[in-house]
Amino acid sequence: MSVKEMTAKEVAKKVINKDELFILDVRNESDFNDWKIEGENIEVFNTPYFDLLDGVEEILDKIPTDREVLVVCAKEGSSNMIAEMLSDEGFTVSYLKDGMKAWSEHLEPVKIGDLTNGGEIYQFVRLGKGCLSYMVVSNGEAAVIDSTRKSDIYLDFAASLNVEITHVFDTHLHADHISGGREIAQSTNATYWLPPKDAEEVVFEYSPLEGGNVVTIGNTDININALYSPGHTIGSTSFVIDEKYLLSGDILFIDSIGRPDLAGLAEDWVEDLRETLYNRYRELSDELIVLPAHFMIVEELNDDGSVAKPLGTLFAENHGLNIADEAEFRQMVTGNLPPQPNSYQEIRETNMGKITPDDDKQREMEIGPNRCAVR
Amino acid sequence: MNADKLLDAQGLACPMPIVKTKKAMNDMETGQVLEIHATDKGAKADLAAWSRSGGHELVQSIEENGVFKFWIKKG
Repeated sequence: MSVKEMTAKEVAKKVINKDELFILDVRNESDFNDWKIEGENIEVFNTPYFDLLDGVEEILDKIPTDREVLVVCAKEGSSNMIAEMLSDEGFTVSYLKDGMKAWSEHLEPVKIGDLTNGGEIYQFVRLGKGCLSYMVVSNGEAAVIDSTRKSDIYLDFAASLNVEITHVFDTHLHADHISGGREIAQSTNATYWLPPKDAEEVVFEYSPLEGGNVVTIGNTDININALYSPGHTIGSTSFVIDEKYLLSGDILFIDSIGRPDLAGLAEDWVEDLRETLYNRYRELSDELIVLPAHFMIVEELNDDGSVAKPLGTLFAENHGLNIADEAEFRQMVTGNLPPQPNSYQEIRETNMGKITPDDDKQREMEIGPNRCAVR
Repeated sequence: MNADKLLDAQGLACPMPIVKTKKAMNDMETGQVLEIHATDKGAKADLAAWSRSGGHELVQSIEENGVFKFWIKKG
């Protein structure tokens, strides 16, 4: 039997299509418990590779023969070895090319919809980390919002659509992933917009993004209206695009809301968060399609792999928008918070330009789940 | 710290540092200490977990100029 290679992109397709897959994850137990590949019809079983060096006999009865089997590790080497061992026992198995490293970085572009005067909006779904970023395209121009670290993906995508990136935005200073915004802006000469209240310590030039700013993409008046919406960070800004889409950053998610503590000021920002969610957002049209910067669980994905829902639906269904009592709300967003994202302080400093870790270090800092929300 | 044997696993990628450690351990006596030098970052958590599951004791681990050094006492 031969061992096949499966790419992160192929795994992404299986998650989105809800295909059946059995994953043997051979990383150590603590890495596995921290973070793994998830999907509705994906079954995952963990045994560290170093417990299988003498042979795979003891796990053979765990490996199904009625489904595809994928062996996964951190970088690829160990999964390749275990896949070979299973293959020698007569199983047909694959290993994940470049391991969880590739899974963490893979982006799946999904078209969200057309814009009124021509143009489209795309969502880039980072399944392995739950990050969502966006590209708005109109008449030869493009804007990138909340980009992830691997900037070449956006540059290549823009090139494939034959459009030029002219504006780059971050809705806030990210704490869970390294922004590719500055790199994209530098290589395309685009304007890089950051909310000034989040950018007080940044060491590079940017354009201050403030409530009321209107930026036009293309010459077909695709307006990006900035809406100051503090809470997750003091500078957090939402965008309304084409009067139809609400990019909510890390303030409002599909099934949860942003956490206010990642810059160390939970108590101070609870009221801003409540004001944004319970007053400012209430003034917006129920029909706006909410496009957040994260998802937490694969159940938040729509059938086409996108993460999007009308604001009206979220007002009805999102628990975080339905806590009438202010004290109870305060308790929910400041007490019982999940652990903070891995390396979040270093990630914030990298996004400010204060430190410049090498590529390997940056990749390592980002490994793991995002944990930007409270439910 | 004194070791009975030194294993140089620098430059090797996962799973080789552990594969070599296991091999070296097989030739040692209970209570003897193996010193391992590795550069693969993944080796850190994996060697600790492997020692636990194999009944060995990870006596000490340090990082020096990008090299991870481990001392494991055979159990």
